[in-house]
Amino acid sequence: MKGELSWKELEVGAIVTEPGSAAEYRTGDWRSERPVRKQELCIMCGNCYIYCPEGCVVFKDGRYETELYYCKGCGICAHECPRDAIEMVEEGE
Amino acid sequence: MNEVKGMSRKVALEGSHAVSEAVRMADVDVVAAYPITPQTHIVERIAEMVANGELDAEFICVESEHSAMSAVVGAAACGARVFTCTAGQGLELMHEVLFVPSAMRLPVVAAIANRALSAPLNVWGDHSDAMAVRDCGWIQMFAENAQQAFDLMLCAYRVAERPDVLLPAMVHLDGFHVSHVVEPVLLPEEGAVREFLPPSEYPFPLDPDRPVSMGCYGPPYIYTEVKKAQEVAIENAYEKILETFKEFKEVFGREYRPVETYRAEGADILLLMMGSYSETAALAVDALREHGESVGLVKLRLWRPFPFEEVCRALRGVEVVCVFERALSFGMGGPLCSEVRAALYHLPEGKRPKVVSFVGGLGGRDVRAEEFENVLRRTKERVSSGELEGFEFVGLRE
Repeated sequence: MKGELSWKELEVGAIVTEPGSAAEYRTGDWRSERPVRKQELCIMCGNCYIYCPEGCVVFKDGRYETELYYCKGCGICAHECPRDAIEMVEEGE
Repeated sequence: MNEVKGMSRKVALEGSHAVSEAVRMADVDVVAAYPITPQTHIVERIAEMVANGELDAEFICVESEHSAMSAVVGAAACGARVFTCTAGQGLELMHEVLFVPSAMRLPVVAAIANRALSAPLNVWGDHSDAMAVRDCGWIQMFAENAQQAFDLMLCAYRVAERPDVLLPAMVHLDGFHVSHVVEPVLLPEEGAVREFLPPSEYPFPLDPDRPVSMGCYGPPYIYTEVKKAQEVAIENAYEKILETFKEFKEVFGREYRPVETYRAEGADILLLMMGSYSETAALAVDALREHGESVGLVKLRLWRPFPFEEVCRALRGVEVVCVFERALSFGMGGPLCSEVRAALYHLPEGKRPKVVSFVGGLGGRDVRAEEFENVLRRTKERVSSGELEGFEFVGLRE
């Protein structure tokens, strides 16, 4: 993330000239609780994948995981999981 | 008057139509505006010009001033030369969007036919609307007659679009006193105007082949830096405005300065103001000088960026400065006077004039030349009795 720009380095009018650069924005920094998965309880229903408002649940190597770079910790995935396989844990613990 | 490039023709024009002519000669690409008294004649005439094929521009009929400013911001982002105009309540409705082109550095040009603000409803002229938008980051100039409204419009486009400026610019003309008065105006040849205003070359126009994002989200870690860059831009614009005025004089022969004076040399008392009442005050100065009064006039042409040094240079060493203005910041006094006092604060004792503040001409009330003689008398009384704080209304019925 390019958070350290000085005022002299900004383009005129703070225009962003690099397309798609919002992908660099680490919205995961907003999180106070993170989802922790018990993979052994998961039945692959995909509810977490569908309900995640940020689209940061990914399916890889045959299982669902959360992209913590973007996850804001809203807890919707944990709330929607029919198997209670996702627990929201305070950051820092 | 200096040698003028090409031929000028002298025509009788309303102040409003002088602005419309400037827009036509500037060959703007996009106009978006909403009618409001006393600005309506400006856009009415432009609509006619577009309909008659005299001006090849897109005229966007919008449903409000908020939309008008939004539309020209979008068009300017595409690299178009744009124009909008409004007055009073319309400028207030536009207010939110005014901060966008200045921060996004889009050279939008607007004319404001200055009008009082409700309540009570009042369509007549004063500077309440201008004062309410003084902090929006625009270059702002005040015209005192139709010729100046025309000239300053051309200067506004030239300076706003400079790649080393890229800021929006506002030309203020007093509602009715300038907008609706028919005056002789010297219109230059179109060729000279086209040369003075070559097509705008905005460096980052919206273009699918060269994508950019404008007006992005600016969280706390970057907002301060963006504001610093914006402040430096408007501070640096000052020198470019001086250059533009100089270039304007070279082509069209008329000279403008951020601070102009009339019979100010050696005066003990200087009247200071903005807008059309400068002309009335000039008549008063002539009469007062004939009666042996040591009085002169200072006219602020450039309001933002505020010309601190030039104001100091014009007022330094004078005994008394009497600021007359057509706006009031409730609970504070005259906003123009407040800036003048701030500018003078750093002058050394003995060089720092006493400042006396007057507010008048509100909501279109006439202040005639004789009234300025009363203002001068009250100025002297206030100075001798030490009533320098606060302000006094001109022509108030007690």
